[in-house]
Amino acid sequence: MTSPATSQGRLAQRFAATRQQGRAALVTYIAAGDPDYATSLATLKGLGEAGADVIELGMPFTDPMADGPAIQHATRRALEGGQTMDRTLEMVRELRRVDTLTPVVLMGYYNPIYARGVERFLDQAKAAGVDGLIVVDLPPEHDDELCLPAAKAGLNFIRLATPTTDAERLPSVLANTSGFLYYVSSNGVTGGAAPSAERVKQELDRIRAHSDIPVAVGFGIRTAAQAKEIGAFADGVVVGSALIDAQASGETPQAGTQAVLELTRELANALAQAGHAPSR
Amino acid sequence: MSQHDTTQSLRQGPDSRGFFGDFGGRFVAETLMPLILDLQREYEAARKDPLFADELARLSADYVGRKSPLYFAERLTEHLGGARIYLKREDLMHTGAHKINNALGQILLARRMGKRRIIAETGAGMHGVATATVAARFGMECIIYMGSTDIHRQQPNVQRMQLLGAKVIPVTAGDGTLKDAMNEALRDWVTHVDTTFYIIGTVAGPHPYPAMVRDFQSVIGQEVREQLFDKEQRLPDSLVACIGGGSNAMGLFHPFLDDPDVALIGVEAAGEGLDTPRHAASLKGGRSGVLHGNRTFLLQDAEGQISDAHSISAGLDYPGIGPEHAWLHAIERAEYVAASDREALDAFTLLCRKEGIIPALESSHALAEVIKRAPGLPQDHLMVVNLSGRGDKDMTTATQCLAEELGLDTANGPV
Repeated sequence: MTSPATSQGRLAQRFAATRQQGRAALVTYIAAGDPDYATSLATLKGLGEAGADVIELGMPFTDPMADGPAIQHATRRALEGGQTMDRTLEMVRELRRVDTLTPVVLMGYYNPIYARGVERFLDQAKAAGVDGLIVVDLPPEHDDELCLPAAKAGLNFIRLATPTTDAERLPSVLANTSGFLYYVSSNGVTGGAAPSAERVKQELDRIRAHSDIPVAVGFGIRTAAQAKEIGAFADGVVVGSALIDAQASGETPQAGTQAVLELTRELANALAQAGHAPSR
Repeated sequence: MSQHDTTQSLRQGPDSRGFFGDFGGRFVAETLMPLILDLQREYEAARKDPLFADELARLSADYVGRKSPLYFAERLTEHLGGARIYLKREDLMHTGAHKINNALGQILLARRMGKRRIIAETGAGMHGVATATVAARFGMECIIYMGSTDIHRQQPNVQRMQLLGAKVIPVTAGDGTLKDAMNEALRDWVTHVDTTFYIIGTVAGPHPYPAMVRDFQSVIGQEVREQLFDKEQRLPDSLVACIGGGSNAMGLFHPFLDDPDVALIGVEAAGEGLDTPRHAASLKGGRSGVLHGNRTFLLQDAEGQISDAHSISAGLDYPGIGPEHAWLHAIERAEYVAASDREALDAFTLLCRKEGIIPALESSHALAEVIKRAPGLPQDHLMVVNLSGRGDKDMTTATQCLAEELGLDTANGPV
């Protein structure tokens, strides 16, 4: 289902490059508009240079059912600060003026997209310079809603696989996913307990028997040491809640941005050192 | 919009993907998807298992107290001077509301699936009490998520749940009402998938919940059919029920969907008025969207952000509605109206004074529609109202609102 546009897109290029460099990609999540538009944009613009290989930009939603407290609070701050889908897309357009290489994936829930209209949203996201989408509440059973139209529009649709995704379901989860696969390291919400590297490695081996799509691992990875451990065998490591906490930790919004970028540099260094033993 | 052939039964839904027309589905995170498929398989198996049906029937009779009476409200009928009004007395069932019908059915399913940890969300607390009750009866751990606003206004039910051994967890996110409690229950479920059974309290959520909860509640409508036939030798002309998520209404309506002469009237909460932002009328004031695992009508802004609902009744304070109701609305099989906080309070008082029955504020919304509608109907019109719950839990709210006008003594009251 991957169209020529998506197979040659920024995500494919970036994962090809990090594979060639023999390391895992650093995937960073920030919530668009947290704590306000200007601060969030400054953070976004700094991420690539600080070492983020892929940027997940959270689309705020009032009812983030799959998220733990850190991202719940961040998206609420963003909404209270007046963040809208237009402004989230505007952030991507602003980023593309200074950074045309770092892939950007919009992450969130379906209703704000559905409310806008799927076709309109896809056109606008593509035009803004978005590369892919992660929509938590759209399992393969609902591929006709957004996944297939997104692929047609030339946007990657990144699926989540979880510890509950059994052998029977795995092919359908992999079927229309493109860009990368997001492996949710533990059952639960974002920002939860740290995963067991050994178990995650076994799960990745299971997935790789079916597909050679890059697999990024997320949920519960907070520190450089954890990133290094997972990065030794995964194609990508996703860090979200820890960056959200860093943004909120600053005494000023600017200090928050600096804290995010500092942690990003640490994580990137850790992954560069970890190297990568390709398991293929 | 979905098409339907009027020669076909309306009682066949949902389809294999969980849709009633355009509404329903399974919009959940991947972690939950295998569980939901498993639940669906187990539910299908249980439905075909005579032992499951026998146990449910036996407990419904001896533990819950079914059948619930169908009571001719003689003085209310006389007062309104029109339709003959019958009350379906779900308020007399164990725990004081219809919620027990579903909680009992689901906990039998949980036991069948080997789950020992029960979670639930609750608004007014009636579903929480029903769930805590059956969890105690079956010796299971029970955790109830309840919005902090609702905890405040439904104290007696919080104490009941705790007395029954449940842990009540306050949810402060959002507005601290039912939708926030449901978000938190979903977060718990996704974290404890191996051990936990989520007893959803209304005809919403991902497939198969809307169909499953409806089936467990349909005993209400099935009994009404038989009871009214015994008393009046015919079908009712109209059925009236309040709607938050819509479980008591769906339980009453569903056995009558294929009887086109039976009018179905669902009453949403108009709160402070449909022309204000403070209401809970998803059909009258919302539009199609996706939340809590299903596509349905939702209160939301232009950005697709979910609005906080408002109703004097905590049980109706939900920005969505079950997908089957959204479908019945779309195909115009049922009519949906709304009653305000004020109208519900007036109906509450009227039933207390005319029939000696203190109704739940939720059910008072249905009664408010009866008050509007019955006087204009002929005396041979048979109207059945679902008195879905009793009003003891609402004493604080009602006393606060009505003390002055009714001359209630609040000196030692619960205020």
